[in-house]
Amino acid sequence: MSSVTKHRLLLLLPFTIFMVLLAYFAVGLTQDPSKLPSTMIDKPVPVFDLAGIDGGPGLASTDLTGKVQLVNVFASWCAPCRVEHPLLVRLAREEGIVIRGLNYKDKPEAAQAFLNMLGNPYTSIGADKDGRVGINFGVYGVPETYVIDKAGRIRYRHVGPLMPQDMEDVILPMLRELAK
Amino acid sequence: MIPEIGHYALVLALLLAIIQGTLPFAGAAKRNAAWMEAGRMAAYGQLGLIALAFLALMWAYVVSDFSVLNVVENSHSQKPMLYKVAGVWGNHEGSMLLWIFMLALFGAAVAGFGRNIPPTLKARVLGVQGLIGVGFLLFILATSNPFIRILPAPPDGNDLNPLLQDPGLAFHPPFLYLGYVGFSVAFSFAVGALIEGRVDPAWGRWVRPWTLVAWSSLTLGIAMGSWWAYYELGWGGWWFWDPVENASLMPWLAGTALLHSAIVVEKRDSLKTWTILLAVLTFSLSLMGTFLVRSGVLTSVHAFAVDPRRGVAILALLALATGGGLLLFALRAHTLKVGGLFAPISREGALVLNNLLLSVSTAVVLIGTLMPLVLDVFGHKISVGAPYFNAIIPFLAVPLVLAMAVGPFLPWKRADLAGIMGRLWVAGIVTVVAVMAALWAHGVKPVMALVGIGLAAWAFAGALWEIADRVKLFRIPLSDSLSRAGGLPRGAWGTSVAHAGMGIAIAGMVGTSFWLTEDVRVMARGEKTTVAGYELTLDKVEQAKGPNYSTEMGFFTVRVDGSVIATLTPERRWYPVARMQTTEAAIHTTFVSDLYAVLGEPSPDGKGWVVRIYHHPLVPWIWMGSLVMVFGGLLSLSDRRLRVGVPQRRANPVPPTMQPAE
Repeated sequence: MSSVTKHRLLLLLPFTIFMVLLAYFAVGLTQDPSKLPSTMIDKPVPVFDLAGIDGGPGLASTDLTGKVQLVNVFASWCAPCRVEHPLLVRLAREEGIVIRGLNYKDKPEAAQAFLNMLGNPYTSIGADKDGRVGINFGVYGVPETYVIDKAGRIRYRHVGPLMPQDMEDVILPMLRELAK
Repeated sequence: MIPEIGHYALVLALLLAIIQGTLPFAGAAKRNAAWMEAGRMAAYGQLGLIALAFLALMWAYVVSDFSVLNVVENSHSQKPMLYKVAGVWGNHEGSMLLWIFMLALFGAAVAGFGRNIPPTLKARVLGVQGLIGVGFLLFILATSNPFIRILPAPPDGNDLNPLLQDPGLAFHPPFLYLGYVGFSVAFSFAVGALIEGRVDPAWGRWVRPWTLVAWSSLTLGIAMGSWWAYYELGWGGWWFWDPVENASLMPWLAGTALLHSAIVVEKRDSLKTWTILLAVLTFSLSLMGTFLVRSGVLTSVHAFAVDPRRGVAILALLALATGGGLLLFALRAHTLKVGGLFAPISREGALVLNNLLLSVSTAVVLIGTLMPLVLDVFGHKISVGAPYFNAIIPFLAVPLVLAMAVGPFLPWKRADLAGIMGRLWVAGIVTVVAVMAALWAHGVKPVMALVGIGLAAWAFAGALWEIADRVKLFRIPLSDSLSRAGGLPRGAWGTSVAHAGMGIAIAGMVGTSFWLTEDVRVMARGEKTTVAGYELTLDKVEQAKGPNYSTEMGFFTVRVDGSVIATLTPERRWYPVARMQTTEAAIHTTFVSDLYAVLGEPSPDGKGWVVRIYHHPLVPWIWMGSLVMVFGGLLSLSDRRLRVGVPQRRANPVPPTMQPAE
């Protein structure tokens, strides 16, 4: 290949990379990030057993059966988590909802400081230091919240911070329905 | 009636944009002056019409016209006037209107200012601006019309997200957009040059002021956004590596690279192909930021309402603009002549290093932001977050900042690094002194903090010493130095001021990241606590009512050595219409550090409140440094060489000794 041709091909590189990226965007658009991947719907939660943070109660998949509850994926380094946190605290205190925490890729001491600061809405917390359990859940980003039914199956997934609207329009009615 | 006028003005603006996006190209190809002139007139017309539309929407907000859907969804009659006005762009439709308004502003500015630009290039630049306008106007009219009516009109609106009801955030989007959209001019110049098949030093000089305007605005916009996050989210974090923040950081990094490589084009007629590519990429990253934020592909705190139809439309715009620009680059860039050669150790070499590090940083941020999306397509699930960025970015930032102080000392073509380092001894001493001071104040750990402070001092002192060195401070009589300083081009001052600002900002980032003190406790009325030498007493907690919220305010008296220095009143607000709670931190700043207090929930036993108090050393410097950087950008912009015509290339270049020493 002559150097001129090589040079011309090099100039084509940015365009090619962009086209690949564009294809991803196009596929990404067809997938609603707030929907569970089809493989996870109504499946039991992945099997796991995690220690707690700072000596507190840990979290295992066996804890997620018998009661309708929420699993909230959070991290001290995540800004949206701080936005939704007051709502979680209110839900746990005022509505008596069981919320389990999955502390995703975080340092336990940082997570503990985060909870001391903002309040602890979690019945128990699993320290998912390497994010392995999060991956099995299909965590896309933090925060995420999962609705788990009595049989320990994932019924709904919310991506991003929970807003009062989501809570009242989707999550609370669903919890009531599942609790019947 | 007025909303209909706004709507109609947008349709007319679209027609003018179509003219602006076609006629000038034909005119430039056929050398038809009248057709080229039509592009100029269309640019003025567009500005007038879009300004009219923008004012019409603003009017609907100001008078709370709840027959307009957009106003219902984002405003409320009880909202303070500032946020009624800011509400115009605090939502998807309105922010797109702001975007296109900025675009029209830049289009008209190019039409009005660039008198010394060859008419064909100017016509083509305006043509490209027109095409971008066509795309976005179509997008607004088809999928995001802010003027849609709702019947019957509801009695009141839904209110703006209370987190966004804040003076810092009210003006954050306009500056951010001024930056994003400003890079469209660099993009248009690049596309124009590719069509013409010619890039010369004059091109570098024409494109620089626009890049400077965009860069300065973007710097200010990002700084305001981070300042907002700092005091509004209630824990003093100032950067989260949130996708939306990254979307603004990527064009900033690429734009910074562009700003520097355009200098090489202007002064040395080199790096031309690369600079053209950067100009295309910088605006593409701005567009991609818009796509990521608006399409809902990535979720984030800042995201607005999501609509898949809009996602497809923005993706199409991105594909056409970036894809078109890059395809043109692939087909035409070989026509650009390769310019002057240089040794690795030289001013050009330093600027290439700058570009390399900034581009890699941009790629790192891009990958970190998009990786979840890309792997999602394959069915894998991962998420990167702050840990990923914090692990990689410092390794790129350290050499960048080290080189930043050295670069301006280097002469063009080739340089003697050892000799230059010898001239930087003052900066070296300042660095050592700063590290010693940090060591004395905070101890040896963490070592990264000392490295960071050393870097900040190096950048700051290096930037100032560069000016001192140029005016031969202390080597010739002071009055001579001063007159030399007055004679230095504003561009040189701009460089130094902006680099010094970067040093100040880095010190702020390092200080608050490593030396933060925090105290979280339950406090009852009358209780005291001491944080970093400040004694805080919680005097009382009172209920109060704001215009569209109710609030609980804590009153803290702050004492140092027994004497009162401040009263802090953090709040916890409840916005009933939006059903959201926000915390309003109270901050006492000494400009060297911040004392930051937040009032939390009442404690479960009802006796006190959870109170969070932080001491953030050096944190105000992040934003002071950013402002200094913006000022540097504006200084450089005021350089008269950017305004007066470019001198024609001389047949016999003057000997290097006669060239300005920069």
